[in-house]
Amino acid sequence: MFAPADKAQADETAQSLAIEEGKQLYSVGCATCHGTDGQGTTDGPSLVGVGAAAVDFQVATGRMPAQQPGAQVPKKKNIYSQAEIDQLAAYIASLGAGPSIPTEEQYGPEGADIAKGGELFRTNCAQCHNFTGKGGALTHGKFAPNLEGVSAKHIYEAMQTGPQNMPSFPDSTLTEQNKKDIIAYLDAVNGEDTVSRGGLELGGIGPVAEGLFGWIFGLGTLIAVAVWVAARTAKAKKS
Amino acid sequence: MSSQDIPEENLPAAQATAHGELADEKHPFADPGLPPHEHRIQDVDERAAKRSERSVALMFTVSMLATIGFIASYVAIDHDKSVFVFPLGHINALNFALGLTLGVALFCIGAGAVHWARTLMSDVEVADERHPIEASPEVRAKVHADFKQGAKESVIGRRKLIRNTMLGAVALVPLSGVVLLRDLGPLPEDKLRHTLWSKGKLLVNMNTNEPLRPSDVAVGSLTFAKPEGLEEHDHAFQNEIAKAALMIVRIQPDDIKDKRELEWSHEGIVAYSKICTHVGCPISLYEQQTHHVLCPCHQSTFDLSDGARVIFGPAGHALPQLRIGVNDEGYLEALGDFEEPVGPAFWERG
Repeated sequence: MFAPADKAQADETAQSLAIEEGKQLYSVGCATCHGTDGQGTTDGPSLVGVGAAAVDFQVATGRMPAQQPGAQVPKKKNIYSQAEIDQLAAYIASLGAGPSIPTEEQYGPEGADIAKGGELFRTNCAQCHNFTGKGGALTHGKFAPNLEGVSAKHIYEAMQTGPQNMPSFPDSTLTEQNKKDIIAYLDAVNGEDTVSRGGLELGGIGPVAEGLFGWIFGLGTLIAVAVWVAARTAKAKKS
Repeated sequence: MSSQDIPEENLPAAQATAHGELADEKHPFADPGLPPHEHRIQDVDERAAKRSERSVALMFTVSMLATIGFIASYVAIDHDKSVFVFPLGHINALNFALGLTLGVALFCIGAGAVHWARTLMSDVEVADERHPIEASPEVRAKVHADFKQGAKESVIGRRKLIRNTMLGAVALVPLSGVVLLRDLGPLPEDKLRHTLWSKGKLLVNMNTNEPLRPSDVAVGSLTFAKPEGLEEHDHAFQNEIAKAALMIVRIQPDDIKDKRELEWSHEGIVAYSKICTHVGCPISLYEQQTHHVLCPCHQSTFDLSDGARVIFGPAGHALPQLRIGVNDEGYLEALGDFEEPVGPAFWERG
């Protein structure tokens, strides 16, 4: 009869333990820039209210802790285990309410509409990440990264939380279903077994690379053939 | 091989006399004539010629095989099959096979023909003298006589009515072309100065097709909106959205430097035209920390926290801001149209 209450009690204890562990990890890895209580300093923004999803994205992709300040913190090898990341996330989430880590059900492929995802991607994301998520340049050394090989969970979290200079797309303007559709679209056009029907993709970054290739190699080959057609033939006697 | 023996009449006439002779008054520069003909290896060595023949035949044979390969791949390869080809990556097998075989088939015909022409066909220089363009006097006299006779037989000189009406008809025909010039117009009048936005129109989220509430728009988020009543299947959708497209961001009111921008916003929610003022590219490369918007076409950069003024690039003026507020039901609404024309400048913009 008291089992549920006991279970809730146990969950709460586990939760506060995780927060405690997370605080320890935070003091070592994050406090230098984000302040001792996540209130932020001149070197790093406040983490109050960013939510567990932001922590999971930033730490699991290796972006945080940052190696050095700069225009943009790039992704690198992650040195935390998922358990440690969850503890950090629990601590940050305890500072203020924010988006939680999405579940498989939210970002998984079931029930996703790839075509709709394509439309949504082109409306909301393609301006920076290019039509198939190959990424692109922004101002002053910043860039929108290539989305190839980024896990569905991290794409979901990025949309939800808006890491670094990327704007966020909260559920109120881009619904859960919309996000699921976008992730399915990316998997279809930029996934591991996506087949390039047109052959050589040239990075898939659009007309500049294609034009450059066409002008240099296409026209170059034609010029080489023209030179061969018109060249002097080998003579029997050298003159 | 007899092809290299130049027939006497093909030799330039000047060659025999011009060499070493002083130029006369009429021809101050001596004609150097053609350089002496040099034989190719194939012209003197029958074995080399045989080799060339075999190379040409080989290329034509490869072309035939490639064509057969083209037909075979079309029949045999499933259109869904993909293969890994270095360095192209995972590509469609059928497209690759068809393109490769057809390319080889066509290229080998051309290459074989060129090799044939270069090594085996006669390469003896041939001089072809120009002849005068004008016709001989007899031909000209005959044409004149024919024309006069034709004019006489047509009775155009005598039947004045026919002549005059014909001239009238021929003169009037070009008028039809002049009338068509009307299609260059009509002038756009004030179409460029107005968009679908007007007082009371709700801001509809492009993703969900639902009107936006202030609470939907979080700080740091980016949302695209269209005016209420404009649907994607409408006939005029593209024309209208090209002018009315809106990007909505929320900036902490303290961070907004421009006084008018703050006044026209709703609690830090600002709505700007998505159309670049340089040449009209859609711009929404928004950086939420710097509040900069970058145009991907020519790198014009606007500062959305400072009245969207231009901070870099070729754009001539700031992005127009839409004045917004909240209606009685709590939805974001426009408080009028844009104050200035959206998009690139035009002649009469002022």
